[in-house]
Amino acid sequence: MRRSRRVRVLAALALGAVLALAGCGAGGRPDSGSGGGGSGGGSTIGITADSVKVGSHFPLTGVAAPGYSEIPTGTKAYFDWVNAHGGVNGRKIDYVFRDDAYNPTQTSQVVNELVLQDQVFAILGGLGTPTHGAVLDSLNAEGVPDLFVSSGSLLWDRPQKYPMTFGWQPDYEIEAKILADHVATTFPQAKVGLFLQNDDVGEDAERGIRRYLDKQIVSVQRYTPGNTDIGPQMSALQAADADLVIGFNVPSYTALTQLQGLKLNYKPQWVYSNIGADPVLVGSLLGRFSQGQVTDTALLDGMITDEYLPRADNPSDAWTAQFDAIWKAHGDGGALTNFRIFGMSQGYAFVQALLAAGPNPTREGLVEAIEKGGTQFAGPWAAPYRFTADKHSGISGAKVVRVTGDSTAALGPVRVTNNGDAPITDATAGETPVPPNGIPAAPGGT
Amino acid sequence: MAAPVRPTEQAGTASRSGREPGRWAGLAARFRPKATFARHAALALLALVVVVLVLELTGPFRNSQFATMSYYAIAVAGLTVLTGLNGQISLGHGALMAVGAYTAGLLLPADIPLLVVLVIAAGITALVGVLVGAAAARLKGPYLAGATLAFAVALPGLAIHFDEALGGEQGLPVPSPRAPDWFADAVYFLSANETSSAKYLAYVGWVVAIVAFLLLANLTASRIGRIWKAVRDDEVAAELAGVRLSRVRVLAFTVSAACAGLAGGVLGVVVRLAAPTGFTIVLSISLLTAVVLGGLGSLLGAVLGSALLVFLPPAVTNLGTSAGLTDVQAAQLAPFVYGAVLILVILLAPGGVVGTVRARWRARTTAPAGAPEERTGRS
Repeated sequence: MRRSRRVRVLAALALGAVLALAGCGAGGRPDSGSGGGGSGGGSTIGITADSVKVGSHFPLTGVAAPGYSEIPTGTKAYFDWVNAHGGVNGRKIDYVFRDDAYNPTQTSQVVNELVLQDQVFAILGGLGTPTHGAVLDSLNAEGVPDLFVSSGSLLWDRPQKYPMTFGWQPDYEIEAKILADHVATTFPQAKVGLFLQNDDVGEDAERGIRRYLDKQIVSVQRYTPGNTDIGPQMSALQAADADLVIGFNVPSYTALTQLQGLKLNYKPQWVYSNIGADPVLVGSLLGRFSQGQVTDTALLDGMITDEYLPRADNPSDAWTAQFDAIWKAHGDGGALTNFRIFGMSQGYAFVQALLAAGPNPTREGLVEAIEKGGTQFAGPWAAPYRFTADKHSGISGAKVVRVTGDSTAALGPVRVTNNGDAPITDATAGETPVPPNGIPAAPGGT
Repeated sequence: MAAPVRPTEQAGTASRSGREPGRWAGLAARFRPKATFARHAALALLALVVVVLVLELTGPFRNSQFATMSYYAIAVAGLTVLTGLNGQISLGHGALMAVGAYTAGLLLPADIPLLVVLVIAAGITALVGVLVGAAAARLKGPYLAGATLAFAVALPGLAIHFDEALGGEQGLPVPSPRAPDWFADAVYFLSANETSSAKYLAYVGWVVAIVAFLLLANLTASRIGRIWKAVRDDEVAAELAGVRLSRVRVLAFTVSAACAGLAGGVLGVVVRLAAPTGFTIVLSISLLTAVVLGGLGSLLGAVLGSALLVFLPPAVTNLGTSAGLTDVQAAQLAPFVYGAVLILVILLAPGGVVGTVRARWRARTTAPAGAPEERTGRS
């Protein structure tokens, strides 16, 4: 008896709630609606008369955090500096970055938070291919400018499908072309081995490398990220007698290849892509992986890589000096690193884009301004962007350098190219002078 | 019907001190099957009303958080049934979710309706569950944990190995279905709100979750559920009573895997991507954490545990930021607080939220010298 009464009470409650819910509703759509709310002028979410809110996602915890977590601290310091100098057209930049632990599921959550809750105007420099790939659709569907993605994937250059997304650093294909061209002219007799990450990084790189070195390649080895046993690949390179190895890999695998090379007594000329070649980070990884047996970075001496930004260890560079001043004024007290310079440069690029969008920027206006003037934006980067209405790829070139001690020496001028069979040429424009206070000037004003 | 339950229930009470004693046995004993279904269905309807109210009264960001919570809840419910009822531990449920997510990613571009895709995702994951469960049925305790751990670590590697079909490291994009017109109209009819994609996905997730919970609740209250508990509490006694242990274990693992696959399918459409980095061992462990925090074996606990998974880290990060920490420090605070909460719960309230509340409630409402039947009886 009591049992069935309880069920009946529950059912009545549920039914009542359903009815109440139905009763309080609208009952149906008004016939002609409001026309979808298109006010015509473009979206001004996240921007007011005296502020503009910018968001980003980075791995601040977890395996990818060392190094990469420093990037947003650089950006933040740069924006603090700009704010202290009056902001952009009187607007202070409010920069929010959140942790995605390099996990795409988490990226989608934190970017939802940034876009839907924090109501950011734009996303700046979100890091990682799988991570940022998870939010590409939603950002473009919401119409949020998705600027300067921190990854060299070709995925960001699809303006038809993803009109709001812009790349930033030189993509892996053109980086590979520039490095391979250097190898082909400097080491024409070398037997070349490739050590590639088994994903789009390796694929794009191989395509670029084969344009210049197809005949010289004696062995191609791939590794799967996460599997730290690279003994078989290194032995195969050694067995193929490769005396020059080009590695497109992440920093931890630079350290692993060096240690494995020591074990096998295999010492080819190493050429690493920019993403895998930060000497400070690789040095600390070497120490950790070898449990303290390898402590100095002498192992990296003589390796070849490329650069497209000023280096933290080169205070004679005017940009580095400027960034150092900014970091001293607004940093967290740590050292100025290459990762922080990377972040500051992205901050610089954003300020420049915002200025180009005029005194009253909208989301659409910002994208339009980058498509229109992007190739003319100059800054700390070595070569111009390729931004147009049909192309959303970032920096177009880099210079090849050799690591000597804790620093690097240039092996030639900055080289510029594009995807596919575009030729490689020397950069025409010289180094960009640092503007007063390191803050870009409004376009057309000078 | 109730007679064979009581011994196992007492065995459970005796053998797991500190855990909630035989809640499911109590539930099963209280209701005959006919009334059970009616009661569960009424609760499901009530839950649906709550879902509609919550989703219509919150903004798009909360909606997206609830969408996230829905797939955690489904997976955690499957795991809590496996661990709490059948006594098997699994560190491989994250990988099973990957199976569901990749299935969704492969089938959705073929214009198959979302609900059909989700059912197929659950079915395929159940098949994988049969395989893993068959191996797992021979193992116990740490060995079982180890085997499922290996599964969790190995499986995402397949996506990288077969990168042409599965998208490799950068993942397989999952097309996110738009709300059908009739659905958007119905929601508008009820609440005069437009349906954003986040809200639609939250509805999909929660309707699927409610159906899954209804089925799980009925299953656990049925003969099968009682047999699972019997196996959990005393294998020898269950075997003497004619239960074939390995078959029961495989079935429990399969049901649990189907839930994980369903959850994975929902995850796929909510995240819009299935990538190996989304299904690391961390995911499997978070699911287990949610089971422990919410209360082992309790479906309500599964909901509470998954709510903690979704809402705790951003709340802690925001608290940290407003307390003056830098953004990096605040982000690092979240996993720390999470770990601290887990340790405290295990030390101070091993029954989880639901177990602890229920124990308090019982202590207040039962007579001091209550008979065992009274302790689990209706208050």
